Amino acid sequence: MNMTLDIVILLALILAALWTVMTRSLLRSAIGLALVSAILTILLFRFDSPLAAVFELSVCSGLISVVFISTISLTEPMTMKEVIKHMKDRLTRFWYLPFIVVIVGTALSLLDIRLNIKVPPAETQKDVREVLWNMRQLDLIGQVTILLAGVFGVAILFKEGRKK
Amino acid sequence: MLYLFIIVPLFILMFLNLPFRGLKRAAFWLAAALCLFQMFLVLFPDSFFWKLDFAWLDHLFKFDLAIDGLGEIMLFCIGLVVFISVFMGRYINADADEKLNFFSLLLIALAGLNGIVLVKDVFSLYVFIEITSVSSFMLISFYKRREALEATFKYLILSAIATILMLASISLIILISGGTSFSLMHEAIRNSPHDFLGIFAIGMFLSGLFIKAGLVPFHGWLVDAYSSAPSAVSVFLAGIATKAMGIYTLMRVTSAIFGFSIPIGNVLMLIGAVSIIIGALDALAQNDFKRMLAYSSISQMGYIVLGFGCGTALGVAGAVFHLFNHTIFKSLLFVNSAALKIQTGTSRMDKLGGLARKMPLTAVSSLLAGLSTAGIPPLPGFWSKLIIIIALWGSGHYAYAVIAVLASLITLAYIISMQRRVFFGEPAGEMENVKEASPGVILPTLLLTLIVIVSGLFFPFILENFALPAGMIIK
Amino acid sequence: MTAQALSLFWPYCIFIIMLVIIGLYCMLVTYNLIRALIGLELLIKAITLFLILAGYISGHPVMTQALVITLIVIEVVVIVVATGVVLNLHRQNQSLDVRKLRTIKD
Repeated sequence: MNMTLDIVILLALILAALWTVMTRSLLRSAIGLALVSAILTILLFRFDSPLAAVFELSVCSGLISVVFISTISLTEPMTMKEVIKHMKDRLTRFWYLPFIVVIVGTALSLLDIRLNIKVPPAETQKDVREVLWNMRQLDLIGQVTILLAGVFGVAILFKEGRKK
Repeated sequence: MLYLFIIVPLFILMFLNLPFRGLKRAAFWLAAALCLFQMFLVLFPDSFFWKLDFAWLDHLFKFDLAIDGLGEIMLFCIGLVVFISVFMGRYINADADEKLNFFSLLLIALAGLNGIVLVKDVFSLYVFIEITSVSSFMLISFYKRREALEATFKYLILSAIATILMLASISLIILISGGTSFSLMHEAIRNSPHDFLGIFAIGMFLSGLFIKAGLVPFHGWLVDAYSSAPSAVSVFLAGIATKAMGIYTLMRVTSAIFGFSIPIGNVLMLIGAVSIIIGALDALAQNDFKRMLAYSSISQMGYIVLGFGCGTALGVAGAVFHLFNHTIFKSLLFVNSAALKIQTGTSRMDKLGGLARKMPLTAVSSLLAGLSTAGIPPLPGFWSKLIIIIALWGSGHYAYAVIAVLASLITLAYIISMQRRVFFGEPAGEMENVKEASPGVILPTLLLTLIVIVSGLFFPFILENFALPAGMIIK
Repeated sequence: MTAQALSLFWPYCIFIIMLVIIGLYCMLVTYNLIRALIGLELLIKAITLFLILAGYISGHPVMTQALVITLIVIEVVVIVVATGVVLNLHRQNQSLDVRKLRTIKD
């Protein structure tokens, strides 16, 4: 593994995250989140996890962005006056964040923690599908169940209520 | 065989949602029968069902599940509380579609809760906790009332933070264990070359669980969620959901993964004692019936954690027994609150008064449950608290024992004050035409009252056969 | 591979901790409900990376990959439910501002 390349990608990740949090418009924030996911996808590929990477790319930077963007467009945009007030407000609150992040980062990099782990015996390299279907069957059932719960949730929350 | 506890609710759920007309009417009966059957299976371990041969199914579902004494008690409580929620949901929801959605969510929650109790793998544990959480979110905001939605959002954010803490801890342990089953992780932590990894992991996992259980520094979401949820859902949340996700998981994880140790016990006892005091004092100050019950729940959960943190077999047995008792009497109190809310339209105690004559059953049952909460002999709450206090005293934690005794005096104070304001005294002006609650609420009340009385009278039997064996989870 | 993989641990940890700080700060400081959810997403991203890192270092990348897939599915459901709650709140309050909520008082 090439360490410098890793560091560059990680820096890009942090910058994208900072932009996500600091940017003024919610829409850009959602796009920033998709960017973070995309960069994370590269990292997952580098860690020998191609299937998880594909999932991350399609689901997180795809589906979740769609969900966020449609939520943002469904909620009312603010008036101009509110936006200006909001901007000033935000500037005073979010101003500190980059400094905190940089300071913590440097402080932590001064620490030099090295693990000395007796790595447990590595399994025979199996395919991830096999692991998922045979060894982690319970999680699959769990996935189905939570998807069902999500379906009922959406059915309840988005049903136009016959309100009293 | 155990996988049926998870699979069957799911199959019934899918079956009920097939688009046939008659099924909507069958929904209640199937869901209720399933819960009753679960209770039956736990009570009669020798019944025919356990001897049936499901070889072909066994072949299909190769789950790694296990059950022990504590798990059996939890399964029984889950069946009971979900049954009562289903029963109340039938009478409270008017619309057939609404009923079906309500029962479906409860069935998902049932599968999730059973999963939490049975799994032997920490990541699957996380998956089932999430399933239960998501169905709880939906149940709380079922009628999309404003306060309920706010409470759901608060709960959702805090619970997500809790799961993130738990996942971080799991990843740390994977570093040294390379697997996620309880036994692998236990071995890895015991042989870990780095103490700080284990301490970090334990700390993060436990604080996640404290959030999930709503213990004191993290109890903000719990009160709002309990008090703004629909009545049938409050019973479910207070009766079993937070208990299984927080307290039971705490016990299981501490005993099976981390291994009980003195520092963990001290942290647990501290958190427990603080929860007892703060919960009881806040309950004293409440004017809303359901909010008072929510704070009282926090205080009683504190007792369970305190008893468990004591670490002796007796303490753990007391904690398990108190967990069972608390499930029963707090469910009963929330059923009473539902009766009050439905019949009078308010749960503010200053507007209620003199209801003992109008609603005698509700009054008597809530008195019994309240006194059991406060620990008055011969009700079961007394015995479980007594065991916890004896265990604390016996292991030399005198200060905590004194706190536990004093806090039960505060408990008595707020219970008596609640009884006086709601059921005795002069009837308030608008309470003239109040009648006893409908059968949908009265039948659960009677059932739970019966269990309170029986478990109080036969406590040596329960202690001997269920609580003490369950207390052996700490070795 | 182990020694080299182990040397990755701390550098990655630093960046993961920074990501966690960004996410937490976003959740704590903002008054906007959607932004709180975005902060939550950042936290989940950090955990995803940490889980994969743990699997890589300990030599079980296949297992953690399976775990991460489950994690992503759960994450999606939670976020969808959360945005549903936010939309309903917005419909009733006409605002996404946390300060306009908090009506639950005794």
